[in-house]
Amino acid sequence: MPARTTEDAWAVIATVLDPELPALTIVDLGIVRSVAVADGGVRVAITPTFTACPAMRVIERDVAAKLRAAGFSPVTVETVLAPAWTSDWMSDAARAKLKAYGIAPPGRLSALTASRSGSPWLERDRAVPCPRCDSADTESISDFGSTPCKSLHRCRACAETFEHFKCH
Amino acid sequence: MPDGASQLTTPADFAFAGYLARLADSHLVLGHRLSEWCGHGPVLEEDLALTNLALDCLGHATVLLRLLGQADGTGRDEDQLAYFREAVEFRNVLLVEQPNGDFARTIARVFLFAAYALPLYEQLQRSTDAALAAAATKFHPELRYHLRHAARWMLILGDGTDESHRRLQEAIDAWWPYTGELFALWPDDPALIERGLIPHPDRVRAAWEATITEVLGQARLARPVAGMHMLLGGPIGRHTETLGYLLAEMQIVARSFPGASW
Repeated sequence: MPARTTEDAWAVIATVLDPELPALTIVDLGIVRSVAVADGGVRVAITPTFTACPAMRVIERDVAAKLRAAGFSPVTVETVLAPAWTSDWMSDAARAKLKAYGIAPPGRLSALTASRSGSPWLERDRAVPCPRCDSADTESISDFGSTPCKSLHRCRACAETFEHFKCH
Repeated sequence: MPDGASQLTTPADFAFAGYLARLADSHLVLGHRLSEWCGHGPVLEEDLALTNLALDCLGHATVLLRLLGQADGTGRDEDQLAYFREAVEFRNVLLVEQPNGDFARTIARVFLFAAYALPLYEQLQRSTDAALAAAATKFHPELRYHLRHAARWMLILGDGTDESHRRLQEAIDAWWPYTGELFALWPDDPALIERGLIPHPDRVRAAWEATITEVLGQARLARPVAGMHMLLGGPIGRHTETLGYLLAEMQIVARSFPGASW
């Protein structure tokens, strides 16, 4: 199948899943920065959610393999840092998928930064709504979880612990 | 590493490379020390927190080592720089290479370093080097979690039991002679400041001082006496004995099986 347009390349890239969050594609996450098609080849730039995201190498390989399989040659996938990813790059559809997957989606960064005052260590933790029962009566357990992009919380209403994709 | 990332596009800039090495190696070595807590944290959540901090440090070091390999004109990648340099070639501050000690010492060191790194990268976002500015913009919100986490432990332990207070005060006293090096002005620095590449360390120190004063006060901890002799040497390759042992552990696999992949 000859695939030669930028739209074709985007369609292929939109099938690549985040290996650590397979509910989301990398387009859902908002980490694809550019796709440039020329002379049958394609150059893709992706950016990490968190600098140390261990999934980036796997994502680079998956993107390259799928684009080659779709007929693009040569394929170059590079990681860039600017513009830096924030959780605001995640689409509304992606947030809904995350919640359905059991992970509380991030809020809007502007609302978070507007609520900040004074020293980071004295901030009160914002209650993250429970992705299972929607209760707002939750507490923070830790800023750190199973991956750099997630924090740990507990719902007082349904007593479940849950992960939250950090608003960041 | 990404295709083509090692291609040289600019001539070597040794002064800037030296500065990048100071940053990169400090994150790398601190990250290694923190990783030693993996499986040993006092509670599961803290084990995860310390290893997340270690992972962040490794991520920051990786980005900075790539910039270093371009700035020094050698084209070395992050693995070559991390695994195939000797202790005298490392440029990290002495603070980060010391053994972890107990949890109080570990957390106090994260606190002292994060209180420095956060304003440093806040200011490096305006570096005239676009790649360093982009890295700083990326790192800054991540480092905020480091300071937040460590400072909260400072308050819990400092304003906790007599035992936790005593241990944390001892930790702060023990680390204090290493803090001067964070703000030392080295011979190449004025030219880098003049070029707008890096901030003057005094500007970073002012923010650090404000954080230290606030947190030590809230945690009921005494600030060590002024005028204490400060230890210097890491950024010119004069390290303490402990770095050699740390690097031996960090580098053994890469040196035993060069080019291995898995």
